[in-house]
Amino acid sequence: MIEPPRVPHKERAVVRKRAVRPWARRTPAVRKRAAERSRRGGAPLALLVPGLIGLVFLVLPLVGLLIRAPWSDLGSQLGSTEVREALKLSLFTATVATGIVLVLGVPLAWLLARTDFPGRRLVRALVTLPLVLPPVVGGVALLLVLGRKGIVGEWLDDTFGYTLPFTTTGVIVAEAFVAMPFLVISVEGALRAADPRYEEAAATLGASRWTAFRRVTLPLIAPGVAAGAVLAWARALGEFGATITFAGNFPGKTQTMPLAVYLALETDPEAAIVLSLVLLAVSVLILAGLRERWMTTS
Amino acid sequence: MTGAAETSGANKQAASDPGPDRTPDHPAGLDAHLVVTRGAFRLDVHLTAAPGEVVALLGPNGAGKSTALRALAGLTPLGAGHTRLAGVDLEDPRQRLYTPPERRPVGVVFQDYLLFPHLSALENVAFGLRCQGVARRDARSLAAHWLDRVDLAEHAGVKPGRLSGGQAQRVALARALATHPRLLLLDEPLAALDARTRVAVRATLRRHLADFDGVAVVITHDPLDAMVLADRLTVIEAGHAVQTGTPAEVARHPRTDYVARLVGLNLYRGTISAGGVDLAAGRRLVVAELPDADEVFVAFPPAAVTLYRTRPDGSPRNLWQVEVDGMELHGDTVRVELTGPVPLLADVTPLAVAELELAPGKPVWAAVKATEARAYPA
Repeated sequence: MIEPPRVPHKERAVVRKRAVRPWARRTPAVRKRAAERSRRGGAPLALLVPGLIGLVFLVLPLVGLLIRAPWSDLGSQLGSTEVREALKLSLFTATVATGIVLVLGVPLAWLLARTDFPGRRLVRALVTLPLVLPPVVGGVALLLVLGRKGIVGEWLDDTFGYTLPFTTTGVIVAEAFVAMPFLVISVEGALRAADPRYEEAAATLGASRWTAFRRVTLPLIAPGVAAGAVLAWARALGEFGATITFAGNFPGKTQTMPLAVYLALETDPEAAIVLSLVLLAVSVLILAGLRERWMTTS
Repeated sequence: MTGAAETSGANKQAASDPGPDRTPDHPAGLDAHLVVTRGAFRLDVHLTAAPGEVVALLGPNGAGKSTALRALAGLTPLGAGHTRLAGVDLEDPRQRLYTPPERRPVGVVFQDYLLFPHLSALENVAFGLRCQGVARRDARSLAAHWLDRVDLAEHAGVKPGRLSGGQAQRVALARALATHPRLLLLDEPLAALDARTRVAVRATLRRHLADFDGVAVVITHDPLDAMVLADRLTVIEAGHAVQTGTPAEVARHPRTDYVARLVGLNLYRGTISAGGVDLAAGRRLVVAELPDADEVFVAFPPAAVTLYRTRPDGSPRNLWQVEVDGMELHGDTVRVELTGPVPLLADVTPLAVAELELAPGKPVWAAVKATEARAYPA
C-alpha cells in the first residue's frame, strides 16, 4: 500500500473517494500520477491567472471567427468561384505534395532509423531543419536553386524548357519541402519503436531486406506513417510563406487557401472569414483524427 | 532427472569435448565451428549433428547460446570458424564466404515466436513459401497443410494476438518448417509458456522434432527441456562447450558444477589414492568402485546423503560434520543445502526435517555410503 499523500484540507475528500477504487486494478504508474496530482492541490494564483489568460488568448480568436462568420450566406460564399478554386487548388497540391513526401520520406526515415553511416546525425539535423526554418527563407532557398537562374532551375530551363517557379508544380514543391520533415520524424520514430527482430524473423524465412520492409515493417509502422502523412498534409495545406515566395499568388494556378485568405482580407473580409472557417474545420478534423496518437500524454 | 534415460540418438559419441580438428561426421548434416567475439566475450563452440538428430545447446544465461543460434542463422556473422550444412559451405570468414539468413536453408523458432502481428496464422506460415517464390494459392494450401499438422487448422484465419502461447508456438514451428529447412533452430522454445502448458507443448514439440528429417538445434537453459527434446546435449558455459553427450551420459557423469547442479547431483573432483579420492584441502571420499585413472570426478545424488542429529554409531566411511545453509521443497522431498568441509546437497523427507529439527545454521552429521558414489575419469 502506498503512503497516503499529504494534501491540503480541501483535497482530502477527493483523495478518499479515489481510495475507494480498488488499488489492485491501477498500475503503479497511474497510482503515482494520481498521488502527484492530488499533492499538487489547489493552483497558486501566480500560475492560475496567467494560465487562464493564456487559455483565453488561444481560444478567443477562434471564437471571434465563429461569431463574425456570415452564417446566413455561408452557402453562397462557399459556392463562389474564388473560394472553390482556392479550395480545389489547396486540396490538390497538398495531396500531391503528401504523395511526394511519402514516396521520398519513408525511405529516408528508414535510412535514418535502420542504417548506420558517417554523418548520420548531421543528416538527421538537416532533415529536421525545415521544421524550424522560417518558410519564407525556404521559399527564397528554393528560388535560388530551382528558379530560372537557379543552379538546378537554369539547367531545367535550358534542357527541357521547363520552369518551376510561379506554377502549380512550384506550389507542390514548396509544400513538399516544408511538410517532409513532419513525415520523416513521425516515420523514423515509428521505425525505432518497431521491433527490428521481426525483420530478422522475415530474413530467416527467406525474405530479402526489401521484401521484409514491404511485407513486415511497413504494415507494422502503418499507424506512424498515416499520422505522419496527415501531419504533412495539414502542414502543406496551411503553407503560406514558401508558397508565396516561390510560386507567387495567381488565382486558380498558385493561389492556395492561405494565400486567398490573406488577399481576401483586404478586398472581401467576409470571404476571408469563410475561407478561414474552412481551414479551421479541416484543422479540427485532423486534430480529432490524431487525438488517439498525439494526445495520449494528457 | 529420470527423463535422462530416454535417448534415441543415432550418435553414440563419447562424452568428451570434441577436438578442434574433428572431421565432419555427417556431410549431409551440420558441421559448425562458431567463433564470435563481442567485447570481452568470446564464443567458441563446435557443433555437429546428423540429419534427423536433435541437439540441445544447454547453458546458463549469458553463456553464448543465443549468440550461437544467431551465428547459425546468419544473423550474426562469424569472426572465425565455419558453418557447413547439408554438404554446402554457408560461411567461412577465411574464404570471405558469408551466406545471408534469407539464403540459408535454416528455419528459426524464436523465443517469443515473432509471429507477424498483422498477418493471420495461415499468412504467417505462408510467408516463407511466398518468399521462396511459391504462387499465392499453392503457398496458402501448403500453409494450411502445415497448420493441420500442428492441429491448428481451425485457427488459420486468427491473428497471432488472439492465439494462446502454446498455439503461437505451434504456428511458429509450422512457419519455420514450411520452408523445408535443413536446419531448424529453436530458441528457448518453451520459456514463454506457463508451467501447465509446458508439459503438453513439450510432448507435442518432441513428436514434431522426431518427424523432422533435418538437423534440429534446441537452445535452452532448462535441463528437463534439453533431456526430453534432444538426442544429444552440448553444455556451454562462458562461450565454451564444457560437455557433449547423450542426456543419459551427461546426467550420470556431469563434468562441471553447473551441469551437476542442473541434473541434481553432488559433484567433486579429486585424485585417486589408496582406495579413495583425495579432494581439495585434505578431504577424502571413499568410493566403492574406482576407475583406472588418476584424476576423477565423483558424483552421487542428494538422496544418497543421510543426516544425523548426533554422531552415528557404526562406521559410515564418508562422514562429516556440516551446517544447514538452506532448505527448499522439491516435490515431496526437501533439498537441504549443507556447508562444511565438503559442500553437500541432501534430499530428506519433511518428516526428517521435523525430527532432526533442521533449520539454517543447525549443525548436523552427514554420511554418504561408499556404494552410492560413482567415480569416473576426469
